[in-house]
Amino acid sequence: MYNFDFEKPSTIADAVSAMAAEEAQALGGGQTLIPTLKQRLASPSKLVSLSGIAEMKGVCEADGGISVGGATTHATVAAEAGAYPALAALASNIGDPAVRNRGTIGGSLANNDPAACYPSAALASGATIETNSREIAADDYFQGMFTTALEEGEIITNVRFPIPEAASYQKFEQPASRFAMVGVFVAKYVDGVRVAVTGASEDGVFRWTEAEEALSGNFSADAVEGLSVSGDGMISDLHGSGDYRAHLVKVLTKRAVAAAS
Amino acid sequence: MTQKNQYKLNVNGQTVEVTAEPRELLIYTLREQLNITGPHIGCETSHCGACTVTIDGKSVKSCTMFVAQAEGKEITTIEGLGGPDALHPLQEAFKEHHGLQCGYCTPGMITRASKLLEEIPNPTEEEIRFGMAGNICRCTGYQNIVKSIKAAAAEINAAKEAAQ
Repeated sequence: MYNFDFEKPSTIADAVSAMAAEEAQALGGGQTLIPTLKQRLASPSKLVSLSGIAEMKGVCEADGGISVGGATTHATVAAEAGAYPALAALASNIGDPAVRNRGTIGGSLANNDPAACYPSAALASGATIETNSREIAADDYFQGMFTTALEEGEIITNVRFPIPEAASYQKFEQPASRFAMVGVFVAKYVDGVRVAVTGASEDGVFRWTEAEEALSGNFSADAVEGLSVSGDGMISDLHGSGDYRAHLVKVLTKRAVAAAS
Repeated sequence: MTQKNQYKLNVNGQTVEVTAEPRELLIYTLREQLNITGPHIGCETSHCGACTVTIDGKSVKSCTMFVAQAEGKEITTIEGLGGPDALHPLQEAFKEHHGLQCGYCTPGMITRASKLLEEIPNPTEEEIRFGMAGNICRCTGYQNIVKSIKAAAAEINAAKEAAQ
């Protein structure tokens, strides 16, 4: 890999100034970024590690929701997000134990891998992504595969999730990579149901609005029985065709509803 | 750029100082600078777990961590668990129950298993398979690895009880 300078600030303010350097790149747990650098797919001049910033770590409950620091590892969310069990369960099934000890929620959301688990939780929960400069609603944040609303040098400091009445995340795991071939997060709130799908679409995580409408009227697996998902625009690769992934979207939505209700 | 820095690490209870570029992966620092060759390089893509070490009490794949990120951390490798004169109960159990064949994955397996047994002192087979999911073995088919970890758990728990 290409060499880089390395900085490990201990406050958000210092991280923001370190990120002002040209071609600087934030480093969370590195579970995606380090493999990317090994393949020379990126050549930042400087890595700014966020893992020493205490104010960006941990899970706390606030205003009927939970707030997760951007540098919080998956293992910590799994252990401490008990107030939002579906989110804790999602975190406890990402990758493997060693990956969960390093990978962070901020890193996952900033990268927005089309097969990552966290984007579906953020979108289905209508989460708020807090950065060093502003707050971004999940509906505005995800803008397609590996693309987000984040500006150059902007850092995810915190993610706020409103806690739903019932929720579940179901993924069909690609057994070698443990990424979601398709993952569906269903969250039922007082004002309606939200369904977010990861792993399936060429546009990255998306909301399955027909299912949301059907489930908001009748929160049962039967409610989506009559719906169908088109294979157009779905990811097609050696692990599965677009049509297969489209089929899984419905299967996993039904499983998630059954597990949540 | 390409400047080397000094990093202070604590490896198996000893404080060491190394000079390295920030991009050096921890597994290379351990193996090539410190001659700690227990952790192996398998896939180097964080899938196989042969490079698993314990950092500040947590299992980590040392091929997916820069030495710069390990500055000031406490690192335990298989060498820190036990040696030929005093085997760790897991090492003994892997030997007794054929938990290894070629042995390439074993240091990572045992280092990870040592943390698993702290997280869950008396794990079920399912918990062992889930907890060991990041460590791949291409010889044993895992049956004897599960058996070894169960046997070591029993041994460790019995010793704990006897000590009370």
